[in-house]
Amino acid sequence: MPIAEPASAVPALEVVDLRKTYASGVQALKGVSLQVAQGDFFALLGPNGAGKSTLIGILSSLVNPTAGDARVFGLSIHADRGGVMREIGLVPQEINFNQFETPFEICVNVAGFYGIPRSVARPRAEKYLNELRIWDKAFQATRMMSGGMKRRLMIARAMMNEPRLLILDEPTAGVDIEIRRSMWHFITGINRAGTTVILTTHYLEEAEKLCRNIAIIDHGEIIENTSMRRLLSKLDVQSFVLDVTGLGDALPELAGVKPTRIDGQTLEVEVPSSHDINSLFAALTAQGITVTSMRNKTNRLEELFVRLIDRNSDRVPHE
Amino acid sequence: MNDAAREPLTTPVVYTGAPRVRANLVALGTITRREVHRVMRIWTQTLVPPAITMTLYFVIFGKVIGSRIGTIEGGFSYMQYIVPGLVMMSIINNCYSNITSSFFGSKFGHYVEEMLASPMPSWVVLTGYVAGAVTRGIVVGVIVLGIALSFTSLHLAHPLVAVTTVLLGATIFSLAGFINAMFAKRFDDIAIVPTFVLQPLTYLGGVFYSINMLGSPWREVSKVNPILYMVNAFRYGILGASDVPVWMAYAVMLAFVVALGTVALWLLRRGVGLRS
Repeated sequence: MPIAEPASAVPALEVVDLRKTYASGVQALKGVSLQVAQGDFFALLGPNGAGKSTLIGILSSLVNPTAGDARVFGLSIHADRGGVMREIGLVPQEINFNQFETPFEICVNVAGFYGIPRSVARPRAEKYLNELRIWDKAFQATRMMSGGMKRRLMIARAMMNEPRLLILDEPTAGVDIEIRRSMWHFITGINRAGTTVILTTHYLEEAEKLCRNIAIIDHGEIIENTSMRRLLSKLDVQSFVLDVTGLGDALPELAGVKPTRIDGQTLEVEVPSSHDINSLFAALTAQGITVTSMRNKTNRLEELFVRLIDRNSDRVPHE
Repeated sequence: MNDAAREPLTTPVVYTGAPRVRANLVALGTITRREVHRVMRIWTQTLVPPAITMTLYFVIFGKVIGSRIGTIEGGFSYMQYIVPGLVMMSIINNCYSNITSSFFGSKFGHYVEEMLASPMPSWVVLTGYVAGAVTRGIVVGVIVLGIALSFTSLHLAHPLVAVTTVLLGATIFSLAGFINAMFAKRFDDIAIVPTFVLQPLTYLGGVFYSINMLGSPWREVSKVNPILYMVNAFRYGILGASDVPVWMAYAVMLAFVVALGTVALWLLRRGVGLRS
């Protein structure tokens, strides 16, 4: 799904040794450095409390960093805050608009905060509210909208300054699959048109499907920063669930593959990445077992994510 | 959501010089418009209560009690004497409560983040909120003055003094309210200052009496109350009478504008109560 190759040597985002210690003493970021190329669709993943929202808060000027710098299209958050903000569109995790205003008012006002005159902002608001399929609610108070509509409104609002870097902090949390898919469609379209996208999400299937590059943050440190393809290639064993017929009481004998019987019609197999699936099917067929359907036990990225976080938890002492 | 037809997004303009000034003016106009729109949307909470309260003041203090007092300082009827103070009191209270409830509301509902995450400089945010609050203060002042004119006749002795005093007084209490809202963590915190500081200072600020009627040391103590200078400067603008020299009233008001404006801007730039 990811699209264009990075167009310029200047990264869309360059984070350099960014640190944040809150007044409570909690070290949310312990020297984070990473780069996101222009045009990228980048996943920033991590468990709750890992530091994702703090990092996004610093980029969007809502959190003051303790040390380090972040540059957006070459502009430093310290030297040119206004310039940085002009380049960024933010979709925050929590609903943060005035619930007594209408979506249209919210979008036009936010455009005004960016210095965009109302004559430009009005048609732009209509365009994005339409594209996100909430134009029919454009003049109703937002408190009357459903959760999915509110999430889409926050995306439309973030597009009002037509940012070159769009940061989405769990944009699809609590949204049903149909709306989630329509949001993916919109965001991939934006990315295709040239906007760099940074996505944080707990739906790892979403990250695997959409993103080209990935960083995993845990305990305020980047523990993995690579391309999605390279990361997924690290998965040495995949677990599949097979719906089968002809399964007897005894487990089938499968060379190099570890089977587990779930019930009379379901078999779970752990297949090393070096092992081909065809030989597995052949071995099952030879023992009178027919595979009627097959699926991954968990999402591939999810398996890797859990392993990386577990490994890091063993390394980092609990705070 | 037809991405096939999507046009590439425009490359952002580099905002320096005149475009940046224009952008800031658009942003300033947006906040001011939003604030004024809010005042008008909830007019039953913002415009009607001061009109009712002040009508009661005029009836009770001006008509019922005032008729027994007779004339006061400079030969004015008691009703005429209290009108400037009550108008100023309405302006001050409404500016303060407007900015505290609006700005604290934006913090409480987190939509202040829309402004914090935008390129707007701090002075635009502050000026926009102050402009909204001053507008409400002026609208309320005009309403109260209109009600007062149905009870008594007035003439504008010094219109320029009256107008500038209203603007300066409204700005001072808008700035003070903004600072209060920045520090406030709960709705209770924005009610404490009006109840325990603003109201006593207003009542003791020469709204209902001349400080020349007080003996020493209360006359001298009254002069540390900034509201005294606003009320008297406005009274000078309307009636031509004041307990304090008008130049001194201007000096005090300008000093407060500069001091409170500097503090509010510094707090906003530091993100006190806004950024973690």
